[in-house]
Amino acid sequence: METGYSIDKLKAIAHDIRVDIIESLHCAGSGHPGGSLSIAEILSVLFFREMNIDPEKPNWEERDRFVLSKGHAAPAYYAALAERGYFDVNLLKTLRQINSPLQGHPDRRKVTGVDMSTGSLGQGISAAAGMACFAKKENKKFRVYCVVGDGEMQEGEVWEALMASAHYGLSNFTVLLDNNNLQIDGSVEKVMSIYPIKEKVEAFGWEVLEVDGHNVDAIIEALAKAKENDITPTFIICKTIKGRGVSYMENQAGWHGAAISDENYEIAMKDLNK
Amino acid sequence: MLSTREAYGLALANLGNQYDFYVLDADLSKATQTVQFAKKFPERFLDMGIAEANMMDFAAGMSTCGVPVVASTFAAFAAGRAYDQVRNGIAYPDCNVKIGATHGGVMIGADGGSHQCVEDIALMRAIPNMTVLCPCDEFETYACVKAAIEYQGPVYLRFGRMPSPNIYTEGGFTFQIGKGTVISEGEDVTLIGIGDMVSRCFEAAMLLAKIGISAAVIDMASVKPIDEKLIISFAKRTGCIVTAEDHNIIGGLGGAVSELLVRNYPIPVENIGIQDKFGKSGSPEELAEYFGLTVEKIVEASKKVIGRKKVIQ
Repeated sequence: METGYSIDKLKAIAHDIRVDIIESLHCAGSGHPGGSLSIAEILSVLFFREMNIDPEKPNWEERDRFVLSKGHAAPAYYAALAERGYFDVNLLKTLRQINSPLQGHPDRRKVTGVDMSTGSLGQGISAAAGMACFAKKENKKFRVYCVVGDGEMQEGEVWEALMASAHYGLSNFTVLLDNNNLQIDGSVEKVMSIYPIKEKVEAFGWEVLEVDGHNVDAIIEALAKAKENDITPTFIICKTIKGRGVSYMENQAGWHGAAISDENYEIAMKDLNK
Repeated sequence: MLSTREAYGLALANLGNQYDFYVLDADLSKATQTVQFAKKFPERFLDMGIAEANMMDFAAGMSTCGVPVVASTFAAFAAGRAYDQVRNGIAYPDCNVKIGATHGGVMIGADGGSHQCVEDIALMRAIPNMTVLCPCDEFETYACVKAAIEYQGPVYLRFGRMPSPNIYTEGGFTFQIGKGTVISEGEDVTLIGIGDMVSRCFEAAMLLAKIGISAAVIDMASVKPIDEKLIISFAKRTGCIVTAEDHNIIGGLGGAVSELLVRNYPIPVENIGIQDKFGKSGSPEELAEYFGLTVEKIVEASKKVIGRKKVIQ
């Protein structure tokens, strides 16, 4: 059930997702803004154009699946689900609070539309591969999408999942790497380099594409290319900016996980609504 | 007389006719015996290679699509190496995955301490949502595997490597998750065992009978949820208990029984099991002797616990 939204509309949704992220994290008083803001366009395209999903039937067996392997970007995920109609946008203000279904990291048992609980890095990609494998085995038409963090690529399990997905020819599986190049302790190169990522993932038997992760057109094009490949899974390196859209957060490792003060909230809203 | 791992492989191959499920293994299908399922249902078997972490989450992901998935490897790798994947990938999301862990305990023999998992029950038992089963013979193994497949949610199944003497007969009993089985009645002491130690408890009860001690024997294959009602009723009847397991005395069956008795009906308890040590190479019987997992030790512990009962009274 594609919405067929225009490019402009998808950009506007990415903006709305960013506003929701700041609102919900400001209310929560803790959480992960940087890596949430960097995937707004990716989620806008996936949830409003690419994926065959229906908020009215969240457990529909033939739906495309999505796994947020970098589970700490939950605020972006929740925003996308709410904007897409899975639940009331007002619920976003309860993020991380006691009795809220919106846990610090996604919980499939609590949130409508969440296909897999994540949070412990490296695990979501394996679960997503399992879903894609099921579809292949059972001749189901659905596709599986997974967003992985670049710091997360340091987890050995990611490489196990890459190996297994290529081995079993999971061409219905697309991984999008949020390559903002920052992790908690600093730049990915400095902490523990994952580069050259393209060559490594290609060597694992995947088709690898590179796009500007804030360019909606480019993401759409890459996803279309992934669909054409019926032999290997596809890995899309999305070059992104951590904290994208909020001046003082952009490219700042310190905004990986930090509370947004009232003052910072005001600046963020001004930046986003420029 | 089969090992419980062989019975496990046969059970999967047999149940594969009746139930729709997948089986995953991490390059140990001959040892875990999932090869028996793989031969019969190759389209529903996946070898995941030597990558247990990925296997566990992969199984979880498959299961969310509506089918039970069995993931198999040695206990040391299932509960140990892939602990976080079992915790966060399977149990936390309450996925319908059955972890078939073979080679539990020291009595697997010569592979040595690296492969002899003495803490898997403790690890698995402490995870919310997790059910833990440890059958004692081929017939109970079949019943446990069947119950696990029929149950919706994560289950950890622990199997042994060496042949286990038959306690039951085919179709001669029913197994239910959360229920223990009384093997023999007794009045002076209750012996509660799991896995290979059930038959040893039974032998110990026969030796005790010769010296005038009447010992009840309970097989507690359902380690979690444990049969509290049954244990408390035997605690009241016999006034003391001996637990027996091829596992660390910390956190396993002995821990489970002691915890519930302290809360409900405190009586003397003795624990037969590994005394907080890693395993080592040797033949299964040499290891049983070395680690005190013998019939004689159960007899000794029974006498001792009966003595403690008298002191308390």
